[in-house]
Amino acid sequence: MAATKTRTSSFSRNLPAASSAQSPEIKCGPNGTFLVSSGIPDLDKTLGGGIPLGSLVMVMEDSEAPHHMLLLRNFMSQGLVHKQPLLYASPSKDPRGFLGTLPSPSSPKDDKSRSHDAEQEKGLRIAWQYKKYFGENQSNLDGQRGMILFRFIVLCEWEMLSFIRSLKSTVRSANAVAIITFPSSLVSATFCKRWQHLADCLVSVKAIPDEDKELAKLLTGYQDIVGFLNIHRVPRINTQVPAVLEATTLSIKLQKRRYLVLECLNQAPVDGSSGSSYGTSGNCSGASSKSGSLDF
Amino acid sequence: MDSRARNLLDEALGLDQLTQLKPPLGGKAVLIEDCVETSGSFVLHQLIKRLLTAVPNSSNVVLFLAFANPFSHYDRILRKLGCNLGAQREKGRFIFVDMLNVECPVGEEGKAGGRSGLFALFANITKVLNALPESNRKCLTIVIDDVSLMEVAAHGSSDHVLDFLHYCHTLTSDYGCSLVTLNHEDIYSSMDGLVFLKQMEYAADVLVKVEPLATGLAADVHGQFDGLQMTVLNRGSLNNRMSNFQFRIKENSVEYFYPGARA
Repeated sequence: MAATKTRTSSFSRNLPAASSAQSPEIKCGPNGTFLVSSGIPDLDKTLGGGIPLGSLVMVMEDSEAPHHMLLLRNFMSQGLVHKQPLLYASPSKDPRGFLGTLPSPSSPKDDKSRSHDAEQEKGLRIAWQYKKYFGENQSNLDGQRGMILFRFIVLCEWEMLSFIRSLKSTVRSANAVAIITFPSSLVSATFCKRWQHLADCLVSVKAIPDEDKELAKLLTGYQDIVGFLNIHRVPRINTQVPAVLEATTLSIKLQKRRYLVLECLNQAPVDGSSGSSYGTSGNCSGASSKSGSLDF
Repeated sequence: MDSRARNLLDEALGLDQLTQLKPPLGGKAVLIEDCVETSGSFVLHQLIKRLLTAVPNSSNVVLFLAFANPFSHYDRILRKLGCNLGAQREKGRFIFVDMLNVECPVGEEGKAGGRSGLFALFANITKVLNALPESNRKCLTIVIDDVSLMEVAAHGSSDHVLDFLHYCHTLTSDYGCSLVTLNHEDIYSSMDGLVFLKQMEYAADVLVKVEPLATGLAADVHGQFDGLQMTVLNRGSLNNRMSNFQFRIKENSVEYFYPGARA
């Protein structure tokens, strides 16, 4: 955070005191922000390096499929591996069950990874009711770089909004990152917009049907695609310049059933042959035979 | 900095002449509307920069009610634009009220021992106003960022928020100070919500709408700007001045140009 002492010129490099004790997993971002990985390298690249500390990430769920859990799992395991303090709140009856679904970190020795997970569990606190959690929250997060995850069922809409607002200001002052998932179909349109304005980073996850011939014709690699990830808003902390992304819709693929990969959508070749993807989206000329006639 | 080129934004907001004699916005109420795709906060940043740095040694004071971002955020942005908020704050020209954590419950107002949030906030504003010397009171500009979060802080009682805003409007007529508010237009798309927005629009003298381009995202043009200045002339006739242009936001400045004419 910015130093409060007076500066002689407006061009001094403003590094907070904690930078000397910086852990390698927190990168320096633009405009004096610090970035944390979201657990998915492709998402980090799209967001410009990672999620800035102090931001509130909101994930709009698809009520038909639990793909948002993939994002949560990756985020949480990233935090575990980096030994960052984590808080997880969920309306389900057994939040600890979520821990079982986390991917184990890949490490050279297999038995090492198992004990690694067991140690991290002690650092993890799971709260049942969000109001009770909020009391613990203050002491827990002060001065730490932590991550918080939430899953909600909607109670009273205004109370929910005021909770999110308080959460956002706590996260900003404590330099933590919070991820909230919510089903956008359950919230009324006006409140959905209010939530979207409150969030620093807004993504939505959409599932695609398993056997859709139209989509299969349109996209390459349709069989591997699990769903779509739409990025509506990129965190803009400490800057007024909007981020214009090359692609706001990414496809979620699970490679080897384990690794989550986000890719730009690639259009299948027009002649319908199933070929390898072209690597860049929007490449329309491809192997067109007309290129020969246009000789300049 | 005295005779700098007026840009399209200055004309649209009516900041035509920034001199030591006239108050910058002329006692007007400005409403900025934006949406999720395009944020209107750059208008606030430009306005603050113009008010605080355009005329050296002016007596302009900005009272900033911040519901959305902490001081460090604005400090960094304005520093890149060429205005040192920290120094202005020490001089007493920029008063930052951090409302991020403040709840404004509007329960029983007659409760002993404490006034409810919005009343206390208004009392604060009048205190700041009265602390200024008599001749400088019209140089105060109250900036609110943003009104939808004020509604959340008031736990949804839009009526109380509207009352608060109307009280602020009376300050513009009583003391000649100016009021700038930012709100999100896409929140109020339903029938009940529309009334709140319409009331705010009706009370405003200058209405600004910031929207994304109809054709979608572009790296060169970040959005379009629609401005409407309503002034009532002496004989009661209405004089509307409309502006419509596009903009591109950069770190150190914002470019404004007419559609199709990149400057």
